[in-house]
Amino acid sequence: MPKLTPKDLDVLRAKSVVIKTTISVGLSSCGIAAGAEAAFAALGEEVKARGLDISVRRVGCAGMCSMEPLVEVAVPGQPTVMYGNVTADDARKIIAEHLVGGKIVKALQVQTVNELAVCAFGDNSKPAPAGGPKQYRIVMRNCGVIDPESFDEYVARDGYQAVKFALTDGSSDAIIEQLRISGLRGRGGAGFPTHMKWDLTRKAVGEERFIICNADEGDPGAYMDRSVLEGDPHAVLEGMILGGFTIGAKLGIFYIRAEYPLAIERVEKAIKQARANGLLGQNILGSTFSFDCEIRLGAGAFVCGEETALIASVEGKRGTPRPRPPFPSVKGLWDQPTMINNVETLANIAQIINRGGAWFAAIGIGKSTGTKVFAVTGKVKYSGLVEIPMGTTLREIVMDIGGGAAEGNVKAVQTGGPSGGMIPANLLDTPVTYEHLQQLGSIMGSGGMIVMDDRDSVVDLARFYLEFCVDESCGKCAPCRIGGTQMQRVLEKIAEGKGDDTDVAALRRIAQAMQKASLCALGQTAPNPVLSAMKYFPKEFESRLKKSTPAAAV
Amino acid sequence: MSTTETKAPAAKPAGTPPDAISLIAKRWKNKRGSLIMALHDVQETFGYVPREVALKLAPQLGVPVARIYEVVTFYNYFKLEAPGRHVISVCMGTACYLKGAPEIKERLMAHFGIKSGETTPDKEWHLQDVRCIGCCGLAPVVTVNSKIIAKVKPADIVTAVTALYTPKEG
Repeated sequence: MPKLTPKDLDVLRAKSVVIKTTISVGLSSCGIAAGAEAAFAALGEEVKARGLDISVRRVGCAGMCSMEPLVEVAVPGQPTVMYGNVTADDARKIIAEHLVGGKIVKALQVQTVNELAVCAFGDNSKPAPAGGPKQYRIVMRNCGVIDPESFDEYVARDGYQAVKFALTDGSSDAIIEQLRISGLRGRGGAGFPTHMKWDLTRKAVGEERFIICNADEGDPGAYMDRSVLEGDPHAVLEGMILGGFTIGAKLGIFYIRAEYPLAIERVEKAIKQARANGLLGQNILGSTFSFDCEIRLGAGAFVCGEETALIASVEGKRGTPRPRPPFPSVKGLWDQPTMINNVETLANIAQIINRGGAWFAAIGIGKSTGTKVFAVTGKVKYSGLVEIPMGTTLREIVMDIGGGAAEGNVKAVQTGGPSGGMIPANLLDTPVTYEHLQQLGSIMGSGGMIVMDDRDSVVDLARFYLEFCVDESCGKCAPCRIGGTQMQRVLEKIAEGKGDDTDVAALRRIAQAMQKASLCALGQTAPNPVLSAMKYFPKEFESRLKKSTPAAAV
Repeated sequence: MSTTETKAPAAKPAGTPPDAISLIAKRWKNKRGSLIMALHDVQETFGYVPREVALKLAPQLGVPVARIYEVVTFYNYFKLEAPGRHVISVCMGTACYLKGAPEIKERLMAHFGIKSGETTPDKEWHLQDVRCIGCCGLAPVVTVNSKIIAKVKPADIVTAVTALYTPKEG
């Protein structure tokens, strides 16, 4: 395949897409797990058998995970129709009744009253009108829209335009300036300003520099990064190339969880396609810039989401963190300046360069600009992925988009996974920003949002998270290793109805020591679920103290 | 509840060519920090990291055996013992946890008479927890080798899992 020049890229982008009837099937991990491949095959066979001029194509995950497998039918000149929970038999029925007979199969149609559905497919990257859909997709703009394994389809949606700009008219100064204006902050959870990280790494002294994509999505109950890597791998790769260009790196590394085979496969494919088209390798787009990417797999260690532990793991060692400073931007992989960005952060970069930092900064509120992707799961009616402008309230996400509790009432929402906190239902009007969530004792986190209903026990969930952190503690520092285990013992005593007031005080004391003295964020944040549960649901704790009582007696 | 096939790699049976180890060593030897990648290849080839393979691989990669052991025991993903022919993974992510994963695990442990992380004496079934396979919209989720059982009720789990039993060939 010939290496592309900047002009070739424009030609490819402008290549008009043939407008014909299209059936798109969501083929990401959740879709496949729900049986989408059977529906996909049945659609293909049926179209062929009937000799229809219809394209049956694969797309990524649209985010409506509870209704997988999803099939979208687009007939030119008609509104698109979305079908949910489609089996192979349903697929044949859709061809017979809708595509041949011209009648929508009402029984299978996804109800559009659900916000998830309203905004899922199509060109959803425009701001919604007042009172309209609450989602706004920047990171997920191509998810469920393009074939993630097609280089051409990505390019047709402005793909690699930002790289072209950087290599022809741009400079690393210009990129960092746009990122500064945009106000983009790290989407892995901590919220460090991205432009500062990029600038620090760029200015650090070293023989070589590295950029790493942190795709070790460890929060149990969250899968935003998996979905983006499976649904739009080129967008993340473009962010990597831009980052490599800005800091002067020659090598980028995708550190991906081994538990995500499809994401690994799609990133591998995207890297190969980019190499074949001259977007990775020597002299990218005919410029003097050379850069390549490779994949390293995680092996199931939550602590490897921490930057210094991740670096140790990429070096082939046990993933234990080390004290900072020096920060990775000064001394990281192989002791060289290293920039680590989360998948979602990287997926935002090209859009910011294409549309300008001011465009991005206008979305969101205060110091939290742009959008955030959440995996809304647990006891919610419509679980799935949502991308909302920062500043959207938890209520809008959980009640309007997620449809509220599937049964009973929403009791609390946990953001930030094992490092976050529980937010009670009466605080659902809190806007989602880094600062607001922190004030409540939780964190933004990477995007996990677990909904609990009134039958769930906060004591049990706190125990679940603490057990997780104790299990995942690397054991290097005493506050985390010993503190976690001691907290777990005390909490178990309380949960079994054997605890008293002194145990509650002990929990607080140990928590404080862990927060202040742990080496890395794992230990520092591990007490959060317990502390927030104690803060917002004191009665539930008290009821466990006196005597063993039913879990949800608030 | 639904059951479907996925692309997840299944543990391959033993009986691989004897030079598999040198091929893995050759592939990764000259790449900086590639021990974990080499061990992924080992586990994909053998289904776990057998002791004799580690002993042969270490000198070929130029690392002490202790380094291999250190890494394998740190990461949850690597196994030191051969799993059973049918590996049952119960997803213990938060969404699955809230939707009944603990009860599902209890029922499977009671049925097979093993704890999580153990294999039945006839080596047919291996039960393990997994952190989160990222299909939270389909919670609770259990996988048996490459097959996924989604949205399963605890009362139905034993039937669903045993239905996926495949008899030994030969």
